[in-house]
Order: sequence, then structure tokens, then C-alpha cells
Amino acid sequence: MERVPILKIGPTLFVSIQIDLQDQSVVQLQEDLAEELVATRATGVIIDITAVEIVDSFIGRMLATIGSISRLFDAETVLVGMRPAVAITLVELGLSLDGVRTALDADQGLRMLNGHS
Amino acid sequence: MDELPIKSGDDVVRVRQHVRAAAADTGLSLVDQTKLVTAASELARNALVHAGGGTARVEVATSAAGRAGIRITFSDEGPGIPDVGLALTDGWTTGDGLGLGLSGARRLVDEFELMSKPGGTSVVVAKWSR
Repeated sequence: MERVPILKIGPTLFVSIQIDLQDQSVVQLQEDLAEELVATRATGVIIDITAVEIVDSFIGRMLATIGSISRLFDAETVLVGMRPAVAITLVELGLSLDGVRTALDADQGLRMLNGHS
Repeated sequence: MDELPIKSGDDVVRVRQHVRAAAADTGLSLVDQTKLVTAASELARNALVHAGGGTARVEVATSAAGRAGIRITFSDEGPGIPDVGLALTDGWTTGDGLGLGLSGARRLVDEFELMSKPGGTSVVVAKWSR
């Protein structure tokens, strides 16, 4: 199983998913992020899914859960870079990702976390 | 025609990659490729989680209207689905998901056929080029 790396840049944890996600990798990412949030006292999480070709119901649910977990550690999560085909498929699948903040790219996501938009 | 085993999470990823390549070769649009791969991911996971594994058979096919596309047959030898109608309802879940796996997969493809009995389930899906 491949692991998704987590980078800390200032008060923000940055996660860029560059692998074909299998279920166990997403579960692991959830646990790693929770630990990093506590260890680093980060106030924001950016999850970049630019390279993610599909988000199915399991992956989508896990991304939403990461948002909820980070809120418990007083951090805000923004999902950035969703591909148009992924967005169309997610909606048709019936997954709205309510409760997850999204931005077009990492730049906009960072500005969102810094309260500029 | 290719038959792929589904025995682990890595196999689910391999099924997705294989379906993606086949769908691209057949000329499905990027959105249709994504829908088919997403449906395949749901169904491969179902076979793994609920039946302990199975197989996915991926083939190039032609629709009744003469359009080229991909047909995938997922087979397992699991316990079967007691109530197929219920299992296809949005929100119905065995407890570890959102209940969108089967019903969502059905919405993402052009053809969907589910046969289930104690001792095995098979799901056939197809997506056609436009």
C-alpha cells in the first residue's frame, strides 16, 4: 500500500494525492492527518486532487470525513483541483460532499484558509 | 477480452486502470470514461467487501444501436444479495458506506443487469460511445 505524504507549510498541512487511491491508503491518510493536526497544531488543510482521476463513494466519504475530523482539531479543510469529469460523476453518483469546502486551485484554497475570500 | 482477479485493494485499483485504458481506446469521452471507471470501482469493491473477492471481465462490445463501448461483468461467489430491489435503493447500506455503491453505479452506466442468488452475484454494466 502506498502512503500519501503530508507537508507542513506555515500553519497549513498540504496533501497532494498523486497515486491511484486504494481504500486502505485513504483510511491511512485520515489517521496520518489526525496525528499531524495534533502534532503540528495546523489550522488548515489543503487536499489537492488535481491528479485524482476518479472519486467514488468510498473515497468521497473519506474526504468528507477528513473535513469533519479536522474541524474537531480546530482546523479547516479545503479540497482543491477537482477535475470537471470527476465533479460531474460525483453529482450523478449522488455524492454532494456537503460540508467540504472546495476551491478551484491550491492558490485559491490558501486564500480561503487565510480568510481573504 | 480480459479477466481480472479482485482479491485485494490493489486489484480494485488495477481494475480501474484497465477499464480506463479500454474505455479510452474505444473512444468514450473523458466524462463517460470517468463514469464507467467510477462504477467499476464501486462494483469491484462490492465484490471484495461483500463476497471476499471475485473477477471482472472487461470486453469491447457494440450496443443494439451499433455504438461501440465497453461491457464489464463482475462475478463473485459470495452469499448473494437477499433483496435486490432494496439493495438498489439509494441510501440502503450494509452499514459501512453511504448506500450509494450499487444505486450510484447503476446511474453512471448505460446498461445495468444484476443477478444474485445464494452462492453468487453477477453484475453486468455497459457504457456506449455517443
